Amino acid sequence: MPRISRDHNRFREIVKGRVRKEFRKFITHSELLGRKGKHLVAIPVPRIDIPTFRYGDNQGGVGQGEGEPGDEAGAGTGQAGDKSAPHVLEAEVTLDELAEMLGEELQLPRIQPRGREEIEEQHARYNSIRPVGPESLRHFRRTYRRALKRTIASGQYDPDNPVIIPIREDRVYKSWKVTYSPRTNAVVLYLMDVSGSMGQEQKDTVRTEAFWIDTWLQHNYRDVRTRYIVHDADAREVDRDVFYHLKEAGGTKISSAYALTAKILESEYPIFDWNVYIFHFSDGDNWGSGDTEICLDLLKQKLLPHANLFGYGQVESPYGSGQFIHDLSSHFGSAENLITSQIADRDAIYDSIKEFLGKGR
Amino acid sequence: MSLPCKLKTEAERIAEFAREYGLDFYETLFEMTDASGMNELAAYGGFPIRYPHWRYGMEYDRLRKGKTYGLSHIYEMVINNDPCYAYLLETNRLVDHQMVMAHVYGHSDFFKNNVWFSRTNRHMIDRMAQNAGEVSRIIEKQGFERVERFMDAALSLGDLIDPYSVFREPPPETDEDDERRVDIASLKFHTKEYLDSFVNPKERLEEELARIQKELDRHRDLPRKPERDVLHFLIQQAPLKPWQRRLLGILREEAYYFVPQGTTKVMNEGWASYWHIKIMTTKVLADENLTAYADHCSRTLAMPPGSFNPYRVGLAIWLDIEDRWNKGRFGREWEACDDYARRQQWDTGADLGRQKMFEVRRFYNDVTFIDTFFTRELCAEQKLFTTRRDEQPEKEEIEDRDFVAVKKRLLFMLSNMGRPVIEVISNNFENRSELLLRHQHYGIDLDLRYAKETLKNLALIWTRPVHLETSLGGKAKLISHTGKGFEEREIVTDKAVQTTLDA
Repeated sequence: MPRISRDHNRFREIVKGRVRKEFRKFITHSELLGRKGKHLVAIPVPRIDIPTFRYGDNQGGVGQGEGEPGDEAGAGTGQAGDKSAPHVLEAEVTLDELAEMLGEELQLPRIQPRGREEIEEQHARYNSIRPVGPESLRHFRRTYRRALKRTIASGQYDPDNPVIIPIREDRVYKSWKVTYSPRTNAVVLYLMDVSGSMGQEQKDTVRTEAFWIDTWLQHNYRDVRTRYIVHDADAREVDRDVFYHLKEAGGTKISSAYALTAKILESEYPIFDWNVYIFHFSDGDNWGSGDTEICLDLLKQKLLPHANLFGYGQVESPYGSGQFIHDLSSHFGSAENLITSQIADRDAIYDSIKEFLGKGR
Repeated sequence: MSLPCKLKTEAERIAEFAREYGLDFYETLFEMTDASGMNELAAYGGFPIRYPHWRYGMEYDRLRKGKTYGLSHIYEMVINNDPCYAYLLETNRLVDHQMVMAHVYGHSDFFKNNVWFSRTNRHMIDRMAQNAGEVSRIIEKQGFERVERFMDAALSLGDLIDPYSVFREPPPETDEDDERRVDIASLKFHTKEYLDSFVNPKERLEEELARIQKELDRHRDLPRKPERDVLHFLIQQAPLKPWQRRLLGILREEAYYFVPQGTTKVMNEGWASYWHIKIMTTKVLADENLTAYADHCSRTLAMPPGSFNPYRVGLAIWLDIEDRWNKGRFGREWEACDDYARRQQWDTGADLGRQKMFEVRRFYNDVTFIDTFFTRELCAEQKLFTTRRDEQPEKEEIEDRDFVAVKKRLLFMLSNMGRPVIEVISNNFENRSELLLRHQHYGIDLDLRYAKETLKNLALIWTRPVHLETSLGGKAKLISHTGKGFEEREIVTDKAVQTTLDA
């Protein structure tokens, strides 16, 4: 074993320990997370800093370039001498690795897709070679190489006049292989209450939790579609950006969102082809018991039979926590695919994710 | 991996050019390595064998990620040893290798001739390997976790050495002229002279003397003068087990080895850059490689806006020295001249540039180098400025372009290798065997969070409460770690007490 892997492994073990200890912080500090490009996410891994006596931040440095006093000095002002290391190490981790870490940390079971083995998908991939085929698929390089080899081997190769003429036996063609894989596609619907009582903090909580749920499901399915629905007294579908930033006021009619969800599912995601996840976040302050009745009915008739998992997360708002979560659990206490979770504050996200995804559905 | 034949001849050819220019270096051995080997070596500070510690793994992790994502690229690495070892990256082009070789001979010459390097161990490769072996044996006896924990605490104090003590003998362990020496006669029972050797047997007396002496030593206030080599003091005075003492010794030894590299960084990199440019452009560079060379060269010397590159600044100063001494722009007459036009035209044809450069490379370190040769003109030409951290919005902004301010800041950053000066004041603070350190405050506060954590580690090693005298926000403070928790109090000097009484 190379010397360095011993130390490297040790470091990673320690960092892992760190990750474990401080994982809650990771999850609850969404500002630390930024998607980078398509597949990468930057999480600053804490660099393990050996404490020493050192100067505080007010030290200042020396730089070089154009500009007037007061202008920004450009990124990364270095210091001469023994340059102090940055406090965080921006480690680029693929979303998959992140999901692994999450899964390991929360001891999440791998999701069992609903039994639809009969639905298989065919993929054709051009990854093989065969001696016959259409000329349009001829593999020029390999053909040439075979011809060259044959010419040299048979002693016909003339370096001064290197003409290579392929014959029929030299020619090879690209070919494909068909692979079958069970189709396990998933759609996740995020529903959020944007009524007046949901403040920015509540929305941030939802955002963070949605990110981690998203990461985990992406890890488990090849292709995850996400849909976003917001509601106050009315429900409508929005894009991701709006979902996280919308600030609205108004009353709360949860049934509106459930009705819309049911409509989307019915028209676009037939039950036999899709794994369906629905996560609903609200402060639970529904408008009157009449609407709650309608909600329960919609759940029973349409949503629960359709979904792998229906998660209801109740965030606590400055106006307290509503009644809706109790209504749900008293009606569907025994339902396997309905999970309710109280999210008191950002630190509770950790446990909430575990509640939602811990069943491996 | 040894060098291919072609590169071996190259190395010899370039060494010959370097000698022609007057460079004088140790035998320099080049080794070829791949990227991961390079990262590994760099993580270990250039040494193939060092004791196990996770921080090397952390460094490796960082380098590897930097390499993978194209953020950093190590072209060369050279270690101060006799023979001098340097590593070449396998995937580099020939012209890169040539440039690196020329650069390395510059470093090697500097190692051999600069006076600040004159006391370092030139067989450090072997020494580090021995140390690694010793640490491994300690680990076998004491257990990995235990050693690692101690090491982590010790590393926290690992930079508490005195970088300028190279030419000073280590402080004596005991004082000969201590007034508290015990007179052996005072221990004797009074008796008749012929009975003396029976009543007061010699062995017994010596035993007693040693015991009392030891007791006294234990309660003696040390050090006599404030001591900057805190690590040495701890090795001498802290109640350590032998293996712990040995580990601290190893840490201190290795820390001192790296000191001259730290205190001559700007000079050393500038010197090596000067020589690779000189050798490449006058002797080695083939026409077809010009662009590749220029590209590589500009990348090492580039100073991205707002950052400090020792290669660049060092080189600029060296070139300026050469130019000034060639044109006779030094001495009293030059300093006194304030006629701009005349200064511009100034050329006495002194032609002493190269000679002066060799002299400077022998006797200076970064602080004296900047202090002596960093000029107003250079500061303006290099467009240097000082920066300051702005809180709202958080950004680094240009503070000042004034020459005096820039020079001051540079010197501050380079003094004591950019670290705060910490001294041991007493091992018997308030007569309770508690350790008192003092931070010499030069206008910038310590990072309190780090200082506290460091004190905690110090308390672990000292095993009694430890105190640090410093100044925070303009107020003299005493920060303590009692072994259980932190305490912080303001220091009221006697003077202050006096004035309040008078009032």
